[in-house]
Amino acid sequence: MSAAFKPKHQRLVLVLAALAALIAAALLAAWALRNQASYFYLPTEMVAKPPAADRAVRLGGMVEAGSLKTAPDGVTIGFVVGDGKARVPVTFRGITPDLFKEGSGVVAEGHRQADGTFLADNLLAKHDEKYVPREMQQMTAQEARQKVEATK
Amino acid sequence: MIATAGLAALWFAAALAVLQLFSGFLALRQPDNPLTPVVRPLAMAQAGLVAFAFICLIIVFAQTDLSVALVAANSHSAKPMLYKVAGAWGNHEGSMLLWVTIMALAGGFVALLEKRLPEPTLLATLGAQAFVSLGFYAFLLLASNPFARLDPVPAEGNGLNPLLQDPGLAFHPPTLYVGYVGLSVAFSFAVGALLTREVSPNFARAMRPWVLGAWIFLTLGITAGSYWAYYELGWGGWWFWDPVENASLMPWLAATALLHSVSVLASRNALRAWTVMLGVVAFAMSMVGTFLVRSGVLTSVHAFAVDPTKGTFILALLAINIGAAFIIFALRAGTVSEGQRFAIVSRESALVFNNVMLSAVLGIVLLGTLYPLVAEAMGAQVSVGPPYFNPATAVFVVPMLVVMGIGPLLRWRRDKLGRIKHLLLLPALVLVGVAIWLGLRGVHLMPLLGIALGTMLLMVALVPLKGRRLRTVTLPLWGMVVAHFGIGVALLGIACDSAFSTEKLVAARVGETVSVGPWLVRLGRIEPITGPNWTALEAKLNASYGGGATSELKPQARSFWTPVQQTNESAILTRWNGQLYTVLGEEAEDGRWQLRLWWKPFVTLIWLGGALVALGGALALLGRVLSDLRRFIAIDKIAYRRKQQGRL
Repeated sequence: MSAAFKPKHQRLVLVLAALAALIAAALLAAWALRNQASYFYLPTEMVAKPPAADRAVRLGGMVEAGSLKTAPDGVTIGFVVGDGKARVPVTFRGITPDLFKEGSGVVAEGHRQADGTFLADNLLAKHDEKYVPREMQQMTAQEARQKVEATK
Repeated sequence: MIATAGLAALWFAAALAVLQLFSGFLALRQPDNPLTPVVRPLAMAQAGLVAFAFICLIIVFAQTDLSVALVAANSHSAKPMLYKVAGAWGNHEGSMLLWVTIMALAGGFVALLEKRLPEPTLLATLGAQAFVSLGFYAFLLLASNPFARLDPVPAEGNGLNPLLQDPGLAFHPPTLYVGYVGLSVAFSFAVGALLTREVSPNFARAMRPWVLGAWIFLTLGITAGSYWAYYELGWGGWWFWDPVENASLMPWLAATALLHSVSVLASRNALRAWTVMLGVVAFAMSMVGTFLVRSGVLTSVHAFAVDPTKGTFILALLAINIGAAFIIFALRAGTVSEGQRFAIVSRESALVFNNVMLSAVLGIVLLGTLYPLVAEAMGAQVSVGPPYFNPATAVFVVPMLVVMGIGPLLRWRRDKLGRIKHLLLLPALVLVGVAIWLGLRGVHLMPLLGIALGTMLLMVALVPLKGRRLRTVTLPLWGMVVAHFGIGVALLGIACDSAFSTEKLVAARVGETVSVGPWLVRLGRIEPITGPNWTALEAKLNASYGGGATSELKPQARSFWTPVQQTNESAILTRWNGQLYTVLGEEAEDGRWQLRLWWKPFVTLIWLGGALVALGGALALLGRVLSDLRRFIAIDKIAYRRKQQGRL
């Protein structure tokens, strides 16, 4: 169609085109958010209701004392994240955040694997009082008691 | 003393803003009331007062006056001078004062320079500007006073977050704020035009430099912020879809759309209501950005405030400003006709397509950014990252980029694709050729698409220059060509980084050599060093490209002592064809050191592209301002001659 629209119709067509694109964007966003948002799990939840193996999730808890081991390659580490009720073994390959240590809080981003271990792509550790991952702020309040038990 | 003077100036400026608001809108009803001539001087006086207050804050920080609560909380006498000064806006209250300062200065400039618009429209614009700034004055004076005092005076300050102790800090926030605030001026123009029913090409021409300026600064701010995250955070990534990054991306998307629709309105008198609407949306996005970043809803280096009342205050400002603007828009949009018509194949149509796609991307980013906040309010903790943003935005960005290549070749009003077919043949062949070549080499779909599309864009971006004598090409046209070319360059960088980057993570002994891509990197030695407020372990790495001459890199693991915190300082070696990126980790038990190395071919194109886009904007702005100047001079001359003739 090469003819120009009538002014009245032109406005209508513009509005409709914009609406259609925006609705498509919103639908796409809603669909993708349902599939791609990564949910936060405590070890208890991860054991009770394990997420699908290919789904990106976050696992937050305390690094259990005495559980941290470095593999012979010097860069792969294994440790156990616990919340006092359940324990999840985690593997991570990379340089750990500076304040990552046994007995402190951690949020691991990654996937649960078929054997029940958690493969982390990224670790967020408690940096200092002001800049804590959001999940951990709440966790320290909620799980304060378990934390003390878990780290003893 | 200085702090008191600053606070007084701020209160005084707020009082002037009340007067400006009142007299600006009074002028709409009674154009010849005695207050009308003071509106412009009020805006200029306000600018002077707020600038004075901001200078006071800088002096207080430079002197480390610990009786000021803000200084005690964020500074330290042992800090280097640059960070003392930059620390003035490296915190919540100071950054809000910076925002208000830039806003008042912008208002002052509009009052001083803008002569194109009908006077009532300009006065309504200044009234709207006063309305917006009044909200921020209230916020500063009532909820987050930067000049609040401490009694007793503490002996020493708390220091600045080490992550923020970087020269980038001195420039990053002001750059973004100029962008945000520039959009507030565009917003005020839109409100002024709606109130006086003057949505015209002249309105678009008055608004355009501000939109362009804001857009240039947002582009620079985003590019610089991305590079800062890349070298400072030590993860080798340049964009994390972090809510704070999105907070700057959303206004940029809206401003990009606005920039294009304002051009259509200025030169073709079409898309009137749409442009006004985008003006409102763009500023809404700046406010959303400010809210996300400064309210403490998000936890990051950017979220200074932890006090929830501040967040509520910003949210209320957002709701009032944007709500009011949308109500005015709803009431007046019916009276704004859409203007000149155009055919489906025309430059206008291409620009509409660009606008709609940008809006769709904006919607996707906005939803993805807000979703975790909404989910959290409903009791679920969720994070949204690249697996959502990358594919969802690509769906709209890819067609938009294709049209970006074609649009500038089309004529205004009506055109035929057949006319430009021959211009597109070669780029299309290159696109397909590159795609097939990469596909055979096993490159994944998204980077493949990126490289093929990027290569094509580099070619099409230059086509508008074809057949013209370069000396006669106007600055705005140069601007468009450079900016579109820059988009292609950035896209190439992004795609090459994701297609060809190689990473090596090892634990190496001193003296050991590690290979990454074409590089051989030898771990020389590790030694302790000290800085002004930190100590560090520094690794000496000797890197050689393909066995050639060696260069030294010195990544550090730094420990700051005020406040206590550790950071990894990456070391980067730049060659024409990419960057070697090195990070030093911890010492393993057996004396080996963790090293993380990346070879990132052509990654620098990302920021080079960003800089080109900003340069394109600057050329266009320069062109517009120069032609405005010529116009004003001509008008002045005519007026002068008339006067002379009148005397004769």
